[in-house]
Amino acid sequence: MTEKGIGAAVLRREDRRFVTGKGQYVDDLNRAGQAHACFVRSAQAHAEIRKVDVSRAKSAPGVITVLTGEDVAADKLGSLPCGWGITNKDGTAMAEPGWPVLAQGRVRYVGEAIAMVIATTRQGARDAAELVEVDTSPLPVVVQATDAGKKGAPQLHEAAANNQCFDWEIGDRAATDAAIKASAKVVSLDIVNQRLVPNAMEPRAALAEFDTNSGLLTLHCACQAPHAMRLLLGAFVLNQAEHKFRVVAPDVGGGFGSKIPPYAEYAALCWAARRLGQPVKWTSSRSEAFLTDAHGRDHVTRAELGLDKDGRFTALRVSTVANLGAYLSAFGPLIPTYLYATLFAGQYTTPAIHAEVRAMFTNTTPVDAYRGAGRPEATYMLERLVETAARELGMDPAELRRRNFVAADAFPYQTPVALLYDSGDYAGALDKALELADVKGFAKRRAEAAKRGMARGIGYSTPIEATGAAPSAIAGQLGARAGLYESAEVRFNPTGSVTVFSGSHSHGQGHATTFAQIVASTLGVPYENVEVVEGDTARTQFGMGTYGSRSTSVGGSAIVKACDKIIAKGKKIAAHLLEASEGDIEFENGNFTVSGTDRTKNIAEIAFAAYVPHNYPLETLEPGLNEQAFFDPANFNFPYGAYICEVEVDPETGFTRIERFTAIDDVGNVINPLIVHGQVQGGVAQGIGQAMFEQGVYDESGQLLTGSLMDYCLPRADDVPSIDSGLTVTPCPFNPLGVKGCGEMGTIGSTPAVINAILDALKDYGVSDIQMPATPLRVWQAIRNGSAPQAAE
Amino acid sequence: MPTVSMTVNGKEVSAEVETRTLLVQFLRDHIGLTGTHVGCDTSQCGACVVHVDGKALKSCTRLAVQCEGASVTTIEGLAANGALHPMQQAFHENHGLQCGFCTPGMIMSAVDMVERLGNKLDEKTIRQELEGNICRCTGYHNIVKSIAAGAEAMK
Amino acid sequence: MYPFNYHQPKSAEEAAHILAANPEAKILAGGQTLLPTMKQRLAGPSDLVDLGAVGDLAGISEKGGTLRIGAMTPHAEVAKSPVVAKAIPALAALAGGIGDPHVRSVGTIGGSVANNDPAADYPAACIALGATIHTTNRDIAADDFFTGLFQTALADDEIITAISFPAAKKAAYTKFRNPASRYAIVGVFVAQAAGGVRVAVTGAGENGVFRVGEMETALDKNFSADAVAGIAVPADGLNSDIHANAEYRAHLITVMAKRAVAAAG
Repeated sequence: MTEKGIGAAVLRREDRRFVTGKGQYVDDLNRAGQAHACFVRSAQAHAEIRKVDVSRAKSAPGVITVLTGEDVAADKLGSLPCGWGITNKDGTAMAEPGWPVLAQGRVRYVGEAIAMVIATTRQGARDAAELVEVDTSPLPVVVQATDAGKKGAPQLHEAAANNQCFDWEIGDRAATDAAIKASAKVVSLDIVNQRLVPNAMEPRAALAEFDTNSGLLTLHCACQAPHAMRLLLGAFVLNQAEHKFRVVAPDVGGGFGSKIPPYAEYAALCWAARRLGQPVKWTSSRSEAFLTDAHGRDHVTRAELGLDKDGRFTALRVSTVANLGAYLSAFGPLIPTYLYATLFAGQYTTPAIHAEVRAMFTNTTPVDAYRGAGRPEATYMLERLVETAARELGMDPAELRRRNFVAADAFPYQTPVALLYDSGDYAGALDKALELADVKGFAKRRAEAAKRGMARGIGYSTPIEATGAAPSAIAGQLGARAGLYESAEVRFNPTGSVTVFSGSHSHGQGHATTFAQIVASTLGVPYENVEVVEGDTARTQFGMGTYGSRSTSVGGSAIVKACDKIIAKGKKIAAHLLEASEGDIEFENGNFTVSGTDRTKNIAEIAFAAYVPHNYPLETLEPGLNEQAFFDPANFNFPYGAYICEVEVDPETGFTRIERFTAIDDVGNVINPLIVHGQVQGGVAQGIGQAMFEQGVYDESGQLLTGSLMDYCLPRADDVPSIDSGLTVTPCPFNPLGVKGCGEMGTIGSTPAVINAILDALKDYGVSDIQMPATPLRVWQAIRNGSAPQAAE
Repeated sequence: MPTVSMTVNGKEVSAEVETRTLLVQFLRDHIGLTGTHVGCDTSQCGACVVHVDGKALKSCTRLAVQCEGASVTTIEGLAANGALHPMQQAFHENHGLQCGFCTPGMIMSAVDMVERLGNKLDEKTIRQELEGNICRCTGYHNIVKSIAAGAEAMK
Repeated sequence: MYPFNYHQPKSAEEAAHILAANPEAKILAGGQTLLPTMKQRLAGPSDLVDLGAVGDLAGISEKGGTLRIGAMTPHAEVAKSPVVAKAIPALAALAGGIGDPHVRSVGTIGGSVANNDPAADYPAACIALGATIHTTNRDIAADDFFTGLFQTALADDEIITAISFPAAKKAAYTKFRNPASRYAIVGVFVAQAAGGVRVAVTGAGENGVFRVGEMETALDKNFSADAVAGIAVPADGLNSDIHANAEYRAHLITVMAKRAVAAAG
């Protein structure tokens, strides 16, 4: 390990601009002559649009134009595309109704864009938006996925009979049914994995410009995958060829999945800029974000776990109804299927697994990826079942897990639900967590808390996750409509510095630092001499962006691959300069050396020779030292961990506080421990958010009751504890860095640990189940409704 | 439209604005200081915190016209002569930021916290005092560490 | 935000004149509630009358056992004032728990009392301590001041100038906060003064702050947590939302009252 190479806790180089207020987020950008857009949005969850009268708005001061769904149709804009198709149980394709850029004749959720007002000022656009008169006639509304399929339910789309998008299954149903039947014990749970609103701190924003001379359309937007944005918007919506379409994602203030989809607003801005030949800017308010950013989760699940008499898991049977919202968001169908049910083995050797998922349309905001995306729902279901089984069997939950773990020598391990686990020592992580959490001292802490009138509980979770999406060929078989590789270019400059271009995108993950560390180690150049470029389709060749904890394992590996090509070419140049055969050249720490001699050339000298080829094998080798690579992983990677949470509940009020939180993660090799721990800590807080604080709630008429931070509770500093985090290291054999994803583990692992701890605290009150978020109200109600006599008031 | 004049980061500035212009809009749109951010519309997230006449406040909940003649310090005015303020340095050294969007407000709040409560800040105090600043990335763990370290360094 | 005319009068009288001349005008004190409401376009006053330049509306003094706090005094000043801490420490603690540090540095006692948000903290203190609200026109007893949800006895052109709190023998305020907004789901202010014990509840009532007579009677006889532990407030007429239903609020009133009495000592 060099001082600033792989494995070093290098301080982030991007920090300086952020701590001095010099970051450049989309709303910080302005163009001469720019106009501002404001969207007129539906206040109703479901209605026919009879008429949209824009005449008053058009004559308001400063208004340039007002565009509606009729204009969208006249200009033949395409529907917002879906990036993943799911096949039904019966072999047919999922229902795929379109999603127009501006509503066409009907609105299907509160917040859906009906018209776009463009004016010279932001305030002027908003003032005029209130003058657009929308005449509607209301339609009946359905908001719960479990109601959407009922007879007589309001129908959203002609193309989706009974509001069903798909009815999908995975695993062996017959074997699972039989194994459940033969089990000595069956534990079952009804689970609501509630709807969440991602709430990255930077609201979405866009600035579109069109060069009427060159025909180049440029979109600056707060997104996680600029090339995918260009591909999806250009090809499917705007009919704008990629060589005349540039997408830039500058500094982006958090994403968590919500900045992946090609949103209607971005398409609308591009379209308007192209029509007007004038830059157009839009920045979402937080209230707008609540209504229009893709939401997350929203599953209702029945799950059953079979065990034999020794506590070994025999079968898992799961049935889930997933709420997709009013329209298909870009990756909406992927999340409750291949990102969800394929994780049902968890860290365990359960031999028979079957899952079925029905996905429904409702009059709610469309649902897509939110940190973890399917994997938190899977892990929550499984880890709740395991802990419930331990409680019902009177077994130590750690021991029950250990009894069922995939053994450390069983890898690669094929699960019954499609995945091939790469590597792991699950018991090792659990042992480390038990020690760090001082589980031995828990009984004493619980007794001490009881003296203060507080109920203390402990809960576990041993999560696993599939990250680093994905082998493109497998993804394609499963319905992906794009590849899932990543690309990189490593460009030596003539005097020895290196510019790295990556198709990943950092919105807080610190790629500028970690990718430079990877290059510094791989090429033996000083860290300071490496610059990382991302987020601009005009600068980076191609890329699939950042989500699903894929950047280091897929994007970083593409960089390594490009570095390997640099070294291979460097060897040829060195062989020429050192008058040796290529096979005798060894590369180490930035030096090409003739094997067994002290004759050596540094890589900077090689780069100079490549760009100033006066003494160079020009007849067999091109000048220059600049290589590209695409990395398409052979498999996912499977980070895992062991999480332990301790809570104290005030039984009088239901108020719950997390007193200790321990997170042991194995993310394979670590590029920068500072950043890995930071990702885990932040992820844990979001997982705690789901367990205790956050919920997107609609009333029966489809109004979002939690439409601002006044009602949707994002965890504050005094809501969450310090995190005791630690790492074990089991390298992944499927990528050259040996890394696994670290971005979502905290979120996936923490939620069940918190709820398990709360239920442990409440067990003396006769409470065995609670729905999320476990708010003080819910905890108090659980205690009051509990079966224990001491719960009575 | 009234003309509003104030001192921002030691410089006299003035602009003609609508009365409904918020201080944060004045800073961002009229004088080009975009380090102060807007993360919500309910005055809760704290991404917009600046100091006005020595007091930390939410610039999204202050009219520009209310700040006539005031002295305003923003995140851009914290570093002197190119050197980072000790609190900025502490956030860097303790990995107290990820996406960076909440960071300006966090740092301005943290400096105010030290000015009000002194250089010895325990974890509980820091967490309570951060009630008006929301971060979605860090889980606050390293922000708390950063502020404790920055407070010490401000001695 | 809708457009408005902005006024910055130099005296309360001048402010009152502007208010009288503009029926759709609103007073801007600290603005920590009004400006967010206007940003959401939930309010659109024609005129804003900013009291920030009215010189004599801020400040804290104590005379003969009565604490007088100028209407434009920010919560942070009340929270850290040694005068308040000596006279009515519970009031300093209450002020230190309003909103967040940034809100406290700007938000004012006069603004909070005049707004009479059903989840605000100060109305409970005013009622429990038997405060007097001084205005440009008159003095109003707190008992007569809070008339309903966001409603007060103030006339349209009447401005609060100060609030007087007689010191209590014992007093404490406990609050159970809404996790999202951090406003009170239930806040209970208990005060024992010469005239007897008062228990005022905020956050819970459909019509804003209210007193719990049964608890007051019990505490008059026996000022101890046990005295109120068995007193249940009916859930009828209490607020119900996703954070707390009426039954839970009713339960919390008893718990918070108990804890306030214990804290008052």
